[in-house]
Amino acid sequence: MKILVPVKRVIDYNVKPRVKSDGTGVDLANVKMSMNPFDEISVEEAIRLKEAGKAEEIVAVSVGPQKAQETLRTALAMGADRAILVMTDEEVEPLGVAKILAKIVEEEAPKLVITGKQAIDDDSNQTGQMLAALLGWGQGTFANTVELDADSIEVKREIDGGLQTVKLPLPAVVTTDLRLNEPRYASLPNIMKAKKKPLDEKTPADYGVDISPRLTTTNVSEPPVRQAGEIVEDVDALVAKLKAVGAI
Amino acid sequence: MKTLVLVEHDNTEMKDATLAVVTAASQLGEVHALVLGSGCASVGEQAAKVAGVSTVHVADDDSLANQLPENAAPLIATLMESHDAFLAPATTTGKNIAPRVAALLDVMQISDILSVESADTFTRPIYAGNAIATVTTSDAKKVITVRGTAFDKAATEGGSASVEAVGGAADAGLSSFVSEEIAKSERPELTSAKIIVSGGRALGSSEKFEEVITPLADKLGAGIGASRAAVDAGYVPNDYQVGQTGKIVAPEVYIAIGISGAIQHLAGMKDSKTIVAINKDEDAPIFQVADIGLVADLFDAVPELTGKV
Repeated sequence: MKILVPVKRVIDYNVKPRVKSDGTGVDLANVKMSMNPFDEISVEEAIRLKEAGKAEEIVAVSVGPQKAQETLRTALAMGADRAILVMTDEEVEPLGVAKILAKIVEEEAPKLVITGKQAIDDDSNQTGQMLAALLGWGQGTFANTVELDADSIEVKREIDGGLQTVKLPLPAVVTTDLRLNEPRYASLPNIMKAKKKPLDEKTPADYGVDISPRLTTTNVSEPPVRQAGEIVEDVDALVAKLKAVGAI
Repeated sequence: MKTLVLVEHDNTEMKDATLAVVTAASQLGEVHALVLGSGCASVGEQAAKVAGVSTVHVADDDSLANQLPENAAPLIATLMESHDAFLAPATTTGKNIAPRVAALLDVMQISDILSVESADTFTRPIYAGNAIATVTTSDAKKVITVRGTAFDKAATEGGSASVEAVGGAADAGLSSFVSEEIAKSERPELTSAKIIVSGGRALGSSEKFEEVITPLADKLGAGIGASRAAVDAGYVPNDYQVGQTGKIVAPEVYIAIGISGAIQHLAGMKDSKTIVAINKDEDAPIFQVADIGLVADLFDAVPELTGKV
C-alpha cells in the first residue's frame, strides 16, 4: 500500500508571530520555519504503518516555495521514501492545494492520504476534508488512533464531547490530531541519507488546475492586547479580588 | 441574502453553539436553519423557536444519525442551490462538514470568523490568534465557520419559524459510524461555562488533577479545562483541552492553575473576561495576560482557595 503525506512549511511553533506595521501580513523574514507540527504527526504515523508492514511506500508532497524542499527533506529523513515539491511563490489557499493534491492522487494512486488537521499559520482546518470531497473518498478527521486493514481503516476521532470511531473503506483521507503519536527526530545518518532520496520538482501548471485565490486579505492587524493585571500577596487577597469582580 | 445555518445537536437537544451562528448569519440576511439527524424532530422544534430564524429545514434519515460528512455534505450542497451562504459553528462537527461542502461547491471556506464586516468581508484569527486578518471573498456562494465566543447568542425563545422536511438523504457508502465515547458530566460544557478552572502539567498526575482541580470547580460550579501538556500527559481526556487546536473559550472567569501560558494555550482563552493565574513561576507568561495573579505553590494555594470561596 502506498501512503501520500502532504506537508506544509510554516513558522516554527515556538516563534511568536509579529504583525507587519503596514498591515500586509505577518513578518516571516529571518524567522525560523519548520514542518507544520500536525504534518510531522502525519509523517510519523505513515512511517509507523510502514514499520508495521502495512504500507510499502511513503510519498511526501508539499505545495510551496523552493525552501519547502527543506521540509520535504525532513520528511525523508524521518523515513518517507520520496518527495514531490509543487513549487510556487504564490500563496495557495486550501481549496487550491486540495485540487493539486487530487491530481497527484490520480497519478500516484495511494490508498491512504494522511495529513495534518490544520496548519498553524492560517489555522484553516480545510485541506484534508476538501481533498476527500474532490476525490469522493471518506474522511477520518482529527485522528487520535488509527487501525489500518487491507481494505479499510478505523479512525478514532477527537471530538468536542470525547471520542468517536468511524470506519472508512479505502482509499480514504485521514487528518491527524495531537495525540495520534509523538513524532521522532531524524537521526544524523538518516538526514544524510535523505539527501539522496528522490525529490521531484513540479509546478502548479503541470497539474492544470485553477488555483487562483478566492480570498483577498485586505488587512492584518494585532489582536487587542491584554494588559497584565495585579499580583496578589496571598489566597485571602485573591478571594477578596474575586469577590470584587463578582466572580464569587 | 439567504443563509443556511447548520444546527449543532445530538438528535435530542440543540446545542448552544448554534446560537452564535444564528447571530452571525442574521448580519448577512435571512436565516434558515438546517437540522441533519435521525429522530431529530424535537431539535427542529427547538430551532424554530430561536429568535431570528425564519425557516427550519429538517432532514431526518438513518444515514444522518451521526452527521457523517460524507452523507451530510452532498445534501447541504444541494440545499445551497437555493441559499447564498452556509454557516456552521467552528465545532468539531462544523469543521468536519463545512470544508467538504465548500469543495463540492468549489468555494474557498472562510474559517472561524470573528466578525461580519459586510456581505463579503469578514475578520478571522490566524497564527493562533496572534494576528487578525480581514478577508474578502470573491465566491458567489459563501461557506463559513463561526467562532462561538465572538458573537452574542441568539435568544432561544421568541421565534416562530416554519419547519420543512428535506428529502434526498442517502448513505454515500464512504463511511460508517462504529462507536462513541462521550463523557457524561453534570458540569457545564466548556464552551458555555461561566467559570472555568483549568489545570496544567504542574499538577503532575491524573490523581492530583482530580484531587486539586475538581473540588474548586465543584465549589464554583465551574467547567474544567486543561492545557495541552496536561492532556498529552494523560491527566484528563482530550475534550478538556483549551487552546489553538482545542476548544476556544471565553468565560466570565478563567482560573489557570499550574499552566505556564504557551501561545497555543493563550489562543484558546485570552478573550475570557477575568483571567486568574496561580503558578509558582513568577516569570510564567500566563501572568502577562492575567488580571489577577498569585505566585504560589498550587498544592498549597488551591486547597486553601477551595476552602475560602
